[in-house]
Amino acid sequence: MSLDRPLTRNVRADRSPTDMAAYEANGGYQGLHAAMGKMAPADCLKTIQDSNLRGRGGAGFPTGMKWSFVPMDDPADAPGSNKHKYLICNADEMEPGTFKDRLLLECDPHQLIEGMILAAYTIGADVAYIFIRAEYVVATALLRKAIADCHAKGYLGTNILGTDFSLEMHVHPSAGRYICGEETALISALEGKRANPRAKPPFPQVSGLWGRPTIVNNVETLCNIHHIIERGPQWFQDLGLTSDAGTKMYGVSGRVKNPGCWELPIGTPIREILEDYAGGMEDGYKMRGFLPGGGSTDFLVEEHLDLAMDYDTIGKAGSRMGTGTMIILDDRTCPVGFVKNLVEFFSRESCGFCTPCRDGLPWSAQVLDDIECGRGLPEDMDTLARQVTFIGAMGNTHCALAPGAMEPLASGLKYFRDDFERHITEGSCHFHKEVHS
Amino acid sequence: MTMRQNLIAVLSEGEIAEIDAELAHVPIPAGAAIDALKIVQAHRGWISDESLKAIAQHLGMSAAELDGIATFYTLIFRRPVGEKVILLCNSVTCWMKGCDSLQQNISDQLGIGMGETTADNAYTLLPMTCLGACDKAPVLMIGDDLHEDVDPQSVAQLFQPGAEEQ
Repeated sequence: MSLDRPLTRNVRADRSPTDMAAYEANGGYQGLHAAMGKMAPADCLKTIQDSNLRGRGGAGFPTGMKWSFVPMDDPADAPGSNKHKYLICNADEMEPGTFKDRLLLECDPHQLIEGMILAAYTIGADVAYIFIRAEYVVATALLRKAIADCHAKGYLGTNILGTDFSLEMHVHPSAGRYICGEETALISALEGKRANPRAKPPFPQVSGLWGRPTIVNNVETLCNIHHIIERGPQWFQDLGLTSDAGTKMYGVSGRVKNPGCWELPIGTPIREILEDYAGGMEDGYKMRGFLPGGGSTDFLVEEHLDLAMDYDTIGKAGSRMGTGTMIILDDRTCPVGFVKNLVEFFSRESCGFCTPCRDGLPWSAQVLDDIECGRGLPEDMDTLARQVTFIGAMGNTHCALAPGAMEPLASGLKYFRDDFERHITEGSCHFHKEVHS
Repeated sequence: MTMRQNLIAVLSEGEIAEIDAELAHVPIPAGAAIDALKIVQAHRGWISDESLKAIAQHLGMSAAELDGIATFYTLIFRRPVGEKVILLCNSVTCWMKGCDSLQQNISDQLGIGMGETTADNAYTLLPMTCLGACDKAPVLMIGDDLHEDVDPQSVAQLFQPGAEEQ
């Protein structure tokens, strides 16, 4: 078994799913056996805290710290109290350019479920949900089968492996909308409401689903758990090339020779991902810039290619590692059109709760459409800059959606300003003929 | 008629049984609002005004509140849709790889624009957020099936009778 690529060790070349028998034959559920009855929840928590695992959904918040906020000593939470604590897996992968969780869900559903059982055990949750986007039809069926197989084995249900720990797990397909991936909006959706995000505090760890302590973690985050419990925090830290720990699912899409998704040590240099794994640019295309981790991250450019792909390094360069799946802007694609596509997407997906997002994003999208279609005016550049300042500032909006939308716009204005201005002075898009060829 | 008979006049016994099973998992009936909408839509293809009112009555909430929820979610349909819904990804990677030409060619082939349904009720065409298969862009879904690396020139073949069995 491959210890240096733990997340994808069961991923086959043809992407066929790993079933219970194959999963266990390759050492699966050993983490569960190792923990149940032998490690206290506090031991598991310390292991995850010591591992320095950070959330793989995009924000990079330390997972152990997040879990540590769940109250553990409330007598009302004792088994049999009828008061639930919840673990939710966020499998609502909808960030533009992101296609990593699909791979983990479709190829190795048991890895996620084993991680979820251990996570639920650690925080004392007795109910778990996998909130999955409805379009992931294949993954939904595989997860339901895997959960049924776990019940048959005694890995789910009451008194798991003879302990007093019990867990019910449900797959909950979404009804659509990108905002459901925001953890408090996801909780609203699970409660049957419009998926408006909620103000924090209270944080979900204390008051989440139905007002009860709730942890929401991304698929990739949870897939790491059983490996860390089994092999220890030092093993996990040693996987990373920089100060960050573990591996990361990296992806590249756009005009590269070999678009795809690979598990690599966290901190792998961007150039290595682009050239050695994605095969470099397609013939006839040059790279102008890239979004390092999905549609809501700032552009980086050529000068950043030798940076390590980890949370802190990409943060210092003025962007975010986000989901770790890069989108490449090539020299035959219009940067204005590229940013317009993203801002229109975020505008469409606004939940409508707060004004800067509901009214500001359509305004940005309109200005970008004007510029792209040759109706732009010189003062539009100032308008866009003001929108970036106003909408992009955290604290002006109810959640991170609108500030996220401003990241590619702000950095697009910085790195591709000449293209924006040329659209305005020429009254047309100088890429127009190439864009759809 | 009693309230329940009224309800059964609109929703089937089977639909009501499925909704009631969901009610067991939530502390208040309105908590099952999205599940109930999805159940009825699975049976009928969409949520009519009559269905909406009946579901709202069953969950003890106003029809307006339930409609606020129904219209929030892109995959709850408040208008009839075709037998298969085409979800065309138009997020940024698929846009770079030609989803606009893809849309044009589908529209030419089927004679429908975005949000429209073919005259034979076979297909409804809708835009969709990133489908999470960007390494195989451009992509679309027809019903439950994902189609990857779709060629804008040959996309029409996906809609020939029997195409999906091939």
